[in-house]
Amino acid sequence: MTAMLPAPYRVIDRHEETYDTVTLRLEPVGAAIPDFRPGQFTMLYAFGVGEVPISISGDGSGGGRTAGGDGAGPVLVQTLRAVGAVTRALCDARPGMTVGVRGPYGSDWDVAGAAGQDLVIVAGGIGLAPLRPVVLAALADRDRYRRVVLLVGARTPRDLLFPAEIAAWRERGIEVAVTVDQADAGWTGDVGLVTALVDRAVYDPARCAAFVCGPEVMMRFTARSLLRRGVPAHRIRVSLERDMKCGVGLCGHCQLGPLLVCRDGPVVRYDGVADLIVVKEL
Amino acid sequence: MTPPLLEHPFLAGLPHAAELTGRARLVEFPRAGRLFDEGARADRFWLIQTGKVALDLHVPGRADVVIETLGDGDVVGWSWLFPPYAWHFGARAVADTTAVEFDAAAVRAVCDADPVLGQALLRRFLGVMCDRLQAARIRLLDLYARDPYLETPPATPPSGPPPATAPAAGSRP
Repeated sequence: MTAMLPAPYRVIDRHEETYDTVTLRLEPVGAAIPDFRPGQFTMLYAFGVGEVPISISGDGSGGGRTAGGDGAGPVLVQTLRAVGAVTRALCDARPGMTVGVRGPYGSDWDVAGAAGQDLVIVAGGIGLAPLRPVVLAALADRDRYRRVVLLVGARTPRDLLFPAEIAAWRERGIEVAVTVDQADAGWTGDVGLVTALVDRAVYDPARCAAFVCGPEVMMRFTARSLLRRGVPAHRIRVSLERDMKCGVGLCGHCQLGPLLVCRDGPVVRYDGVADLIVVKEL
Repeated sequence: MTPPLLEHPFLAGLPHAAELTGRARLVEFPRAGRLFDEGARADRFWLIQTGKVALDLHVPGRADVVIETLGDGDVVGWSWLFPPYAWHFGARAVADTTAVEFDAAAVRAVCDADPVLGQALLRRFLGVMCDRLQAARIRLLDLYARDPYLETPPATPPSGPPPATAPAAGSRP
């Protein structure tokens, strides 16, 4: 198998997270892709339509797999939102259909490297999906970390990902706060920007590692809020999004200054990119 | 030594803060208790110790729309700083809330008499206002919405050929 050859995976389960976002559970038809680390992505191929980079939202503890619905085999879990032709085709994939998978690619969150510290996990919108493996890794090895704080921003309550899981995480000791930009009458949680949660949350800025994923503007402002609280820039990791095509640092579509995001990212330290991500057309 | 009532993050290190003693008292709002209504006289402000307060706006035909929620350590109310001293929004507790309540007219008088305290306090409020303005501007961007171009791409793009592959998206935000 080469880095550019998709491995066929069969859709074994399709779960609608929201009106435009689904989680697919995929099992290999033949050879599986190598194990992944939380934060990495794959290139998912809707045959005949195209290929897109999708972060892995599944549990990293089993070599990137969780047990399948029938406990039969390794499963790759990916959550994606229908925003274009390819993602719409993938979101429409039904159990039994086959998709192509390349990867895993890129850098990871290095959750284990934050042992002994508070974990501050900040997600905006669909950015919670790539951070779900961080939460699962923290839960799987809970004693290695001090506080685990999850701060989530969503557009509206109906856009919130994994609401049932979030409730379960809270019961298992994760300190969770959720805010929405626009609330409906039934919403009893917070309303406002996720940066307000960063300001209010209880954690030790001098002994924490922050993991941030969401739209780039949200990540910039979140990083500034974290810096203002005293979190060192090198302790803040963000997951960048660029136009990733090949996934292996060959084509250059995802270049950001000296970085090729598919290879050197998507997860990067904020001190390494703070000056780059504010440059237009870089 | 700072009086216990004034031991709030918003006032930490504020010069001459002791002059605010006697202009503040501890208050409690039960869940659903209203702090103030739009258009009413803005004669107080609050520093939340614990709890949660929602700023809301009455929209005819709809339930009150929550604009923003404020929590532990936050400031509630700045309309008392400027004429006509009237609230632009309403506020209600959405959880049992304990706060330090200040007499706005008395605080204005103290600030007028002590410009050092007045300027320092105003700077603190400006910082809060700046943060909330920035947050409001970012929310205006509707960052979490789908890109309308990606959602309904035109049959023929304005210029150039269509991309070889569809726009990247999915769980890459």
